[in-house]
Amino acid sequence: MGFGETRTGNGFLAGIDPRIKLCVLVIWSFVLALATGFPGAFAGLAGSLALAILSGPEKPLAFAWRLLSINLFLLFIWLVLPFSMPGERIWSLGPLTLTREGVLLSARLSVQAVGITMAAMAITTTTSVFQLMAAARSMGAPAKLTAMMGLMTRYVTVIKDEFDRLVWAMKIRGFKASTSLHCLRSFANLAGVLLVRGLDRGERVYAAMLCRGYKGRFYFSLERQVNRTDIITLVAFLAMATAVSIINVIHRSHY
Amino acid sequence: MSSTEAIINLRGIRFAYPKRPEVLKGLDFLVGPETRVGVIGSNGSGKSTLLSVIMGLIKPQAGVVEILGKPRSKEADFKEVRPLLGFVFQDANDQLFCPTVADDVAFGPLNLGKTRAEAKEIVAETLAGLGLEDFADRIAYDLSGGEKKLVALATALALRPKILILDEPTTFLDVSAVSKLQAIVSKLDLPMIIVSHDFPFLDTVVTSRLRMEDGRLHPA
Repeated sequence: MGFGETRTGNGFLAGIDPRIKLCVLVIWSFVLALATGFPGAFAGLAGSLALAILSGPEKPLAFAWRLLSINLFLLFIWLVLPFSMPGERIWSLGPLTLTREGVLLSARLSVQAVGITMAAMAITTTTSVFQLMAAARSMGAPAKLTAMMGLMTRYVTVIKDEFDRLVWAMKIRGFKASTSLHCLRSFANLAGVLLVRGLDRGERVYAAMLCRGYKGRFYFSLERQVNRTDIITLVAFLAMATAVSIINVIHRSHY
Repeated sequence: MSSTEAIINLRGIRFAYPKRPEVLKGLDFLVGPETRVGVIGSNGSGKSTLLSVIMGLIKPQAGVVEILGKPRSKEADFKEVRPLLGFVFQDANDQLFCPTVADDVAFGPLNLGKTRAEAKEIVAETLAGLGLEDFADRIAYDLSGGEKKLVALATALALRPKILILDEPTTFLDVSAVSKLQAIVSKLDLPMIIVSHDFPFLDTVVTSRLRMEDGRLHPA
């Protein structure tokens, strides 16, 4: 799986209309984000797992690894929330108090976050970038936003190459990462150069687009119609979303 | 050649980047339907600046830019003619911005108002003409440097241009990629301007050379 490559799933979802998939993702994100208790959150996670399985990842382990790395930001929630929520004391460390409510809330948020990112990965790994852009456009997403999305996925590898070359150029002159001021300054320079080069690159790409008659819009085409399988998938999905929403309403809790 | 049938006719072009000495100092350049010219010159002599002036990407401070028989000065003038001047950038990464090769080659024809089906036909035809039939579904970042250059050439040719303009086409290419590019370009029946330092390459693809010096073009 290459850096910047998105399409790695060949399962059932790969054959579904991208517009339907985008719809599914938006609705599902809300359903999961609005879960107010563990039953709803876990039901949502189970639904996301079903989507992930339907996406048929080429390498399930790589899929899981990616999912884990996307969710690393949850660490910050776990570092702060369990100690800052008022509630029943479980354990104390100096001035810090771990509360039961804090731990439960962090756990629930984690389940929701993993569920949403898993669903997002299931959709994006079965749809090519152009299809996603076309679907987003046809559903009314702003042209600038879709263009940014497409260009970003194309150039992230180019910028990574530039970054690698710069880091090598630093290394062959004996640079070692440390906590010194010299090191921090070097990293700041590196970031600055990357930014300037990115800007230059952007200008050249735009010039190249103008040279090929770019008039401010992309001509997308999905080259497919919504078929019966798409509709059945959507209906089945809506049933699942409704079921999870009902669980959400019945099992409310404060954390 | 009379100037009425000229594809590109530059007269008295002067240009300086902000706070820098003048790079083009009253440059004249006439390119006709039979012209296949190589432009050589040292770094910073203004070769790339010249190409940017032709494409209307920068505006000269003095002089007349005439393309396909009409003076061009405003952005709207250039919008009309740019697709007719098949320009291939030095770094193919600047030119190829779509996820797949087919999308990229179709970008120009679609901008020119072709339908999806017509664009598809042009893509197939252009790729076949360059021996790149199998490339349509390949992904841009998966291509080698030489392959990227050929695809960039395809994106320019898909516009059905009146002339081909190549900026340093052989930089970043290895020997075998250069010879492949050389074989393809020398067979194209199009007038062309090629900026390059690669003399063996120029020898096989162009019929004349000009040297950029002191902000003007001299026979070389």
